[in-house]
Amino acid sequence: MTLPMGNIISARFGKDDSCALKGYRADGGYDAYLAAIHGKKGTPDDITAMVKASGLKGRGGAGFSTGMKWSFVPKNTGKPVYLCVNGDESEPGTFKDRQILELDPHQLLEGVGITCYAIGAHTAYVYLRCEFRDGIRKTEAAIKEAYAAGLFGKDIDGSGFDLDVHVHIGGGAYICGEETSLLNSIEGVRPYPRNKPPFPAVEGLWSCPTIINNVETIANIPHIVKHGAEWHAKLGHPDDPGSRLWCVSGHVNTPGVFEIETGYSLQELIDGPCGGIRNGKRLKAIIPGGSSSKVLTANEVEKTTMDTPGIRAMGSSLGSAGIIVLDEDTCMVQANLNLMRFYAHESCGQCTPCREGTPWVVKILERVASGHGRKADLELLLDIAHNMEGRTVCALADGACWPLTSIIKKFRHEYEAKIQQGPEADAGTTAGASAPVGAA
Amino acid sequence: MFDETITAELEDIRGRYPVAKAALVPVLHVVQREQGWCNAEAQQWVAGFLDITAMEVFEVVTFYPMLYHAPRGKHLIHVCRTLSCDACGGQELWQHLKAKLGVERGGTTDDGRFTLRGAECLASCGTAPVILIDGERHENLSHDDVDKLLESAT
Ligand SMILES: Cc1cc2nc3c(=O)[nH]c(=O)nc-3n(C[C@H](O)[C@H](O)[C@H](O)COP(=O)(O)O)c2cc1C
Ligand code: SF4
Ligand code: FES
Repeated sequence: MTLPMGNIISARFGKDDSCALKGYRADGGYDAYLAAIHGKKGTPDDITAMVKASGLKGRGGAGFSTGMKWSFVPKNTGKPVYLCVNGDESEPGTFKDRQILELDPHQLLEGVGITCYAIGAHTAYVYLRCEFRDGIRKTEAAIKEAYAAGLFGKDIDGSGFDLDVHVHIGGGAYICGEETSLLNSIEGVRPYPRNKPPFPAVEGLWSCPTIINNVETIANIPHIVKHGAEWHAKLGHPDDPGSRLWCVSGHVNTPGVFEIETGYSLQELIDGPCGGIRNGKRLKAIIPGGSSSKVLTANEVEKTTMDTPGIRAMGSSLGSAGIIVLDEDTCMVQANLNLMRFYAHESCGQCTPCREGTPWVVKILERVASGHGRKADLELLLDIAHNMEGRTVCALADGACWPLTSIIKKFRHEYEAKIQQGPEADAGTTAGASAPVGAA
Repeated sequence: MFDETITAELEDIRGRYPVAKAALVPVLHVVQREQGWCNAEAQQWVAGFLDITAMEVFEVVTFYPMLYHAPRGKHLIHVCRTLSCDACGGQELWQHLKAKLGVERGGTTDDGRFTLRGAECLASCGTAPVILIDGERHENLSHDDVDKLLESAT
């Protein structure tokens, strides 16, 4: 196998008792944190500079430079600084943060500790979706252990550094993964996303400077502080370095989470670790970065390298690294409809284009899928998308438009066939065992 | 409204935030764990506990799919309805459950034992199809597996 399989974030996943503090400490865990809070890794600003130089980009979806984000925290405002860890993980196709929470929560907590030290925070909230029962239990148990061992609390290890870490449980809404919705969710108000600016780094939780980072992003921090910026910058693709957890789901023989350094070939991932397409079928399409990214056709997949420049060249994005694989039997009208139902369900309703647009898209796609579509429907769908994209408070609406329009444009013939054939054709084209049909 | 142990748990949660209102969703989860759903009386109590209005509680309870402001069956089943699951047996499993329980989405069986709900992606797409029973995750399910799980839910 020529794939650059990584063994950093997932290194401890297979170990017995991988969640216990004892084992984590035995593997050198919390050494980087303790060194940092004792000033042995330089000033907090030095650590921020190190993370910036490492080239680490956020793993939550937007891919923003982590060190750069931290550097936006204003100094000496007299207000407390907060860290919020984003473990809402609700982007369809994404299931990597859950692995960290369930298999190595101390790795995340060490990252939380170092991050708080670097940004000057003394309180961190780890926001977890309430469906993560197991991840919540394990993270809470790990926090308890860390307090009991004197790793959190007051004057930690005699360093003078204080830190409180709490789990905050969500209510099962996708929108709360959007960072400003997450802040409102923690504050206990309806979690409508906020207008930006001001950005959370300047005015976040209770109007105080706040850094929001994804679980996997934070899990990278101990390794960077331990091995140095240069070490990280050399992993994978030079313009988008690092070792990421890639989630593969859908019609492959062996789906799962694979840690691989950036810059590999998507086709090789599917053919190699994922064991190829199920039941000897051929590949039809891949949605490569969680459901909110633009679809790739089988031909495009062959040419795609998995790093930011590589995927951009194909017109898509790495997003949250949720790779959804669809085989030749998949009806791309039904697949689109399934996703659009998701966005319509999860729209918070704050902005008119998104609140009204997403359900209309569902209605029109339902009509097309059932063979009752009209000739003008495809242009109508693209027009609705045009009126949503870039015109809303948050990126949920954009995230709906990207799969919607790219699937229509790249698989237009399937839509046209449905419209032309009329209702009788329905049973024949969607009856495949794997054909997804969303429910109301 | 709650005994000493639970009141202490709720006070501990409230103490994690500089503003009590922030404890709202976590507190509602405890209420729900204790009594199944957040009725008007509980919402009123939570409002008092966090020093906010009942409307502020209502606004939040009614936003979240996993907070319940209506009664439900004894056991809650959530079936993931999103693409990766649906494409890998979730669609068939959903039909199976609807037929077996004789209810539509959101419905409760006549004996009050089960409420069937759809859910959006549960972040277990690689082990589809996935359901939650009373909040606990079950993956890679055959129809037989699900039947056994339902039988064991007393
Ligand atoms: C609709 C929507 C949902 C999102 N869901 C998540 C999520 O579940 N987890 C996450 O880490 N980021 C999510 N994001 C991205 C966050 O807004 C934010 O960019 C991210 O948490 C920042 O962390 P990072 O820089 O470490 O990636 C979402 C964004 C949008 C617009
Ligand atoms: S784009 Fe949609 S989800 Fe985002 S704030 Fe507007 S209505 Fe809410
Ligand atoms: S699609 Fe079902 S868990 Fe993600």
